[in-house]
Amino acid sequence: MSYQSIRLVSVAAAMSVLAFSAQAADEVTGAGASFPAPIYSKWAEAYNKATGNKINYQSVGSGAGIKQINAKTVDFGASDMPLKDEDLKAGGLMQFPTVIGGVVPVINVAGVKPGQLKLTGAVLGDIYLGKVTKWNDPAITALNPGVTLPDATISTVHRADGSGTSFIFTNYLSKVNPEWKTKVGEGTAVNWPSNGVGGKGNEGVSQYVQRLPNSIGYVEYAYAKQNKMDFVSLKNQAGSFVEPVEGAFKAAAAGADWTKSFYQVLTDEPGKDSWPITGATFILMHTAQDKPAQGTAVLKFFDWSYANGDKAAVELDYVPLPDALKTAIHKAWDASIKDTAGKTIASK
Amino acid sequence: MAATLPAEPVLSTAKDSGRPPERRHNAPWGDAVFSLLAHAAAWLTLAILAGIIGSLVIGAMPAMRAFGLPFLWHSDWDPVQDHYGGLAMIYGTLATSFIALLIAVPVSFGIALFLTEMSPRWLKRPLGVAIELLAGVPSIVYGMWGLTVFGPILATYVEQPLQSAFGNVAVLGTLFSGPPVGIGILCAGIILAIMIIPFIASVMRDVFEVTPPMLKESAYALGSTTWEVVRQVVLPYTKTGVVGGIMLGLGRALGETMAVTFVIGNFNQLHSVSLFEAANSITSALANEFGEAAAGLHQASLIYLGLVLFVITFVVLAISKLLLQQLKKREGAVT
Repeated sequence: MSYQSIRLVSVAAAMSVLAFSAQAADEVTGAGASFPAPIYSKWAEAYNKATGNKINYQSVGSGAGIKQINAKTVDFGASDMPLKDEDLKAGGLMQFPTVIGGVVPVINVAGVKPGQLKLTGAVLGDIYLGKVTKWNDPAITALNPGVTLPDATISTVHRADGSGTSFIFTNYLSKVNPEWKTKVGEGTAVNWPSNGVGGKGNEGVSQYVQRLPNSIGYVEYAYAKQNKMDFVSLKNQAGSFVEPVEGAFKAAAAGADWTKSFYQVLTDEPGKDSWPITGATFILMHTAQDKPAQGTAVLKFFDWSYANGDKAAVELDYVPLPDALKTAIHKAWDASIKDTAGKTIASK
Repeated sequence: MAATLPAEPVLSTAKDSGRPPERRHNAPWGDAVFSLLAHAAAWLTLAILAGIIGSLVIGAMPAMRAFGLPFLWHSDWDPVQDHYGGLAMIYGTLATSFIALLIAVPVSFGIALFLTEMSPRWLKRPLGVAIELLAGVPSIVYGMWGLTVFGPILATYVEQPLQSAFGNVAVLGTLFSGPPVGIGILCAGIILAIMIIPFIASVMRDVFEVTPPMLKESAYALGSTTWEVVRQVVLPYTKTGVVGGIMLGLGRALGETMAVTFVIGNFNQLHSVSLFEAANSITSALANEFGEAAAGLHQASLIYLGLVLFVITFVVLAISKLLLQQLKKREGAVT
């Protein structure tokens, strides 16, 4: 046997081993919300290192994620807006939260330091309704004695694209400002009432806020923190002013009752430390799995992430779920995700 | 025998050389295949066009049923109530494109004129190449530049002075009302103008250059000024190309998405026709909302908007064709 043929054989052997291992490893695909995309890819990378299994996540937006899971082109969908229980039933889907995040109002007002400006939900709503138009409006100055606010028109900035961030924000405003509820309502995209501008994505909103003097906008907590934006302190349901910090989101998540349904929007939650504009992000899966092996692979990934992924989540400025909720999620998996024969599929 | 053998082929070619070469028969179906492919290519384009129109109409059908033609002149866009009207976006698209043409056509004409008639020879090439390079700049770069660099300059040096000068004048005051922040219809229009100038200018330059020198020089010999030569000789000779170039630019302006999305402000409003106010265009509404639009009326309304843009572009093309025909008809009468 010549040297060349030995080499050929060994290459062929190596290739067949590779092909075999690629077949043996699980490979699942998910698509949806862009807000949790950084943590999902981080988890997927670590999971791949630990187990060799591959998770592909496409950050295409919540709406597109819901469309794709309905069309069964992906193994799991992801949405920042929880689906109502009846919509889940109609689509044959179940949902569970993965991480918690918050929405933070950010401002660009000369001379005002981060967290210095205090607002209530009602005033925030009036600003976005165009009823409070100046920074030195009595409604704002009354909340901020000792802070010099300019006699300048407020420019409001909102998300121009449909987004879970807008949903959480408008859901909060609907809860605390009755006029907002009747005039505008809540949704991933709404008919914005005041004169303002719309930016695409968190980065679009933050660009506009940084670019326009005397503006106010709202972005994801992680985005505001990483870009050191001037955030606002908000008055929560318990009546105390809180700053958007990790503990405040945790407090809001602890206040929710997850036992009956995972449809929980964590806005205006009780608790004296809770940040009022908090929300979880969700995974959507079919309750009847045509390919149980794929379903198991998805559940295994999230099971692994719940157990090992909290540190990575905190590093990326997400808030991990409370342990009690994780147990509830495992129970829900066992109860509702079945193969076509109606047998519970494995999650470990 | 051995000596005659090589002579034979020579003889035979000499015999053939008198006649035309015989037609080759190695691929008798070659012509047929080629003609089939050429036909297929042409028909495929038409089929794709029909397919696009068809899928747009089918996709927009729920919104067409729900809102009908009034969709075109109603301006409330409310995803929560599921009620949609496209006027704000249609107005935004038309207004920004109009501003773009208003600026781009004279500037492009000047560029083309300078390059073909007035520029010193050594400057022609570098200047021409530089203008063509402008056409290669990705639109998102124009968008970012417009938002971070051009917008603030526009706000400080154009919008604020205009507002303080004309703020109280009847019509101009309304046009210049609103926050002078450099984001809105005016900014989008100017950015679009910068983007389409290279297209219009290079088409104009190319057609100006094909004007026969003899015609121009005859006119010069008769004592015409440069302007008279351009007005009386070059423009009449090249009007098809000039109108074509303008329409090319207009088509680009109507369909431009990314750069407009950055600077127009993406706000569905029509309660003010101010040029400074944030607005929305069809393309930026589609870019922003389509990914997250729930299936149903919201999505159908966005597709409806796409169909409207398709029709607008089609009408623009049709008008330009008609315009050219009119120009051709008048040709005899004017001179």
